[in-house]
Amino acid sequence: MIKDTKIEVPAVEGFFTIEQEAHLIGGRYKKSGSYCFPKNLGGSDPNFSEDEIEEVLLSRVGKIWSYTNSAYPPPPPFIAAEPYEPIVIAAVELEEEKMVILGQVVNGYSVEDLSVGMQVEVKVGTLYEDSEYRYLTWMWKPLSEEQKQDKN
Amino acid sequence: MEDIAILGVGMHPWGKWGRNFVEYGTFAARRALEDAQIDWSEVGFISGAITVRCGYPGYVAGSTMARALGFNGTQVASSYAACASGATALSVARGQILSGACDVALVVGADTTPDGFLAPNDGVRTDDTDWLRFHMVGATNPVYFGLHARRRMEMYGATQEDFALVKVKNSKHAVFNENARFNKEYELEDVYASPVVSDPLRLLEICTTSDGGAAVVVSSLDYAKSLGVDNPVRVSAIALNTPTYPDPLIDLPYLATDSSANTVPNEIGFKESIGQHVYEEAGVGPEDVDVAEVYDLASSMELDWYEQLGFCQPGEAETLLRDGSTSIGGRIPVNPSGGLGAFGEAVPAQAIAQVCELNWQLSQRAGKRQVKGARIGITANQGLFGHGSSVLLRR
Repeated sequence: MIKDTKIEVPAVEGFFTIEQEAHLIGGRYKKSGSYCFPKNLGGSDPNFSEDEIEEVLLSRVGKIWSYTNSAYPPPPPFIAAEPYEPIVIAAVELEEEKMVILGQVVNGYSVEDLSVGMQVEVKVGTLYEDSEYRYLTWMWKPLSEEQKQDKN
Repeated sequence: MEDIAILGVGMHPWGKWGRNFVEYGTFAARRALEDAQIDWSEVGFISGAITVRCGYPGYVAGSTMARALGFNGTQVASSYAACASGATALSVARGQILSGACDVALVVGADTTPDGFLAPNDGVRTDDTDWLRFHMVGATNPVYFGLHARRRMEMYGATQEDFALVKVKNSKHAVFNENARFNKEYELEDVYASPVVSDPLRLLEICTTSDGGAAVVVSSLDYAKSLGVDNPVRVSAIALNTPTYPDPLIDLPYLATDSSANTVPNEIGFKESIGQHVYEEAGVGPEDVDVAEVYDLASSMELDWYEQLGFCQPGEAETLLRDGSTSIGGRIPVNPSGGLGAFGEAVPAQAIAQVCELNWQLSQRAGKRQVKGARIGITANQGLFGHGSSVLLRR
């Protein structure tokens, strides 16, 4: 497949790294050791007042906590493709951070392909595009059989 | 805390009327004043529930309604807590009454709601999680309902038929409610014939957006007595809970839960804490409740509330539904009004509408949808960004 020359940029800066092994960028509270995503938009532990947050890369792999889809195009500020293909959304549990993070599932999967407990990894995918740019967001992708072998 | 009396309630029928929200609010307020046999001039405090969809008049809903009823120098406040706005406005009124600042208060909320998905305000706001969830993920409100419904299937073996049966049950209640927007009786095949919105939930299982208004006139027990009302329906408790950190359940409008990495979540979950608060404040338990109005944005959420309010153990809600316990005539009827599924969301009005319904139920004025002998009722509601609310009424 011929790759076009569009420039890839995050739809909003500061949520994920753009690389083959993409990571979500989260926050870690220095005193409590707790995490949040996005960084600086998390809730605070009331037992650790004025805790400072440092930027951290969150675990790349997690397990599906639940999943659904949006059969109808979400309203703005979502920018829906035309024609619209239902987006699939998963809530994924990260073991080390002990938190659940939402995200779209990469293209090509429907809810029938997913199950609770399934292992997924963070990828970067196209949220929308114009003639010049491809705007990216984070997405969850089910691990292949080989990847699961590697992990075991 | 001391009880306050409900002197009267009123509603504007829910629908898609497309008129000014002030019309619905004043209509409901006038019906409530008539029901209370109170003149507007006797009201010492008006407590408005705010709408953010009708411009500035909506942000100052209390004074907007006061002006429409006729400015007379009465004290005013306006409250916003998303879907819990009405309960917050009621709580503000209770505080005024119990502090002695006024004898009688009018609580009112109304909305004119646009069609389709509720969406965030315009503009680019990358530090607003409500904006981010739509822009970066496409996570509409039904997406969150779908996630929790699927989780319920996984945890407890709930089925799509269970979710559909909630809609069927509530539609049979709504047939007898002239204020409900949808009075049609639905069967399972009607639900199955409606398109999936967010798997596993279908269009008929997700509440729509509506226009509507609701109002309540409340007073001190002494003032009620002075009017000759010796045995009013009383507001015995109000909860306006925030969650406790870390909340391990994903909830709208957030992109992620809190992290439980270094702090164990509270044993009592956020939604459970809402009911617990009013039970403790009123000195009753879930076993004492005769009737409930719960926030069924999606049919599956009604099942969650059965457990969160303590009507049954986790995982038993489907049994409670299927054995008829939560239908009118059962042990603990839930949403005898028809619920949001039959009304649709009119955000600032809906928590007040729940109180209206329970007032009619406890004063034995609910007509064909009457829960026989109901003496204690509970509402449950939740507003975006951590506003849990519940009102416990008794007679």
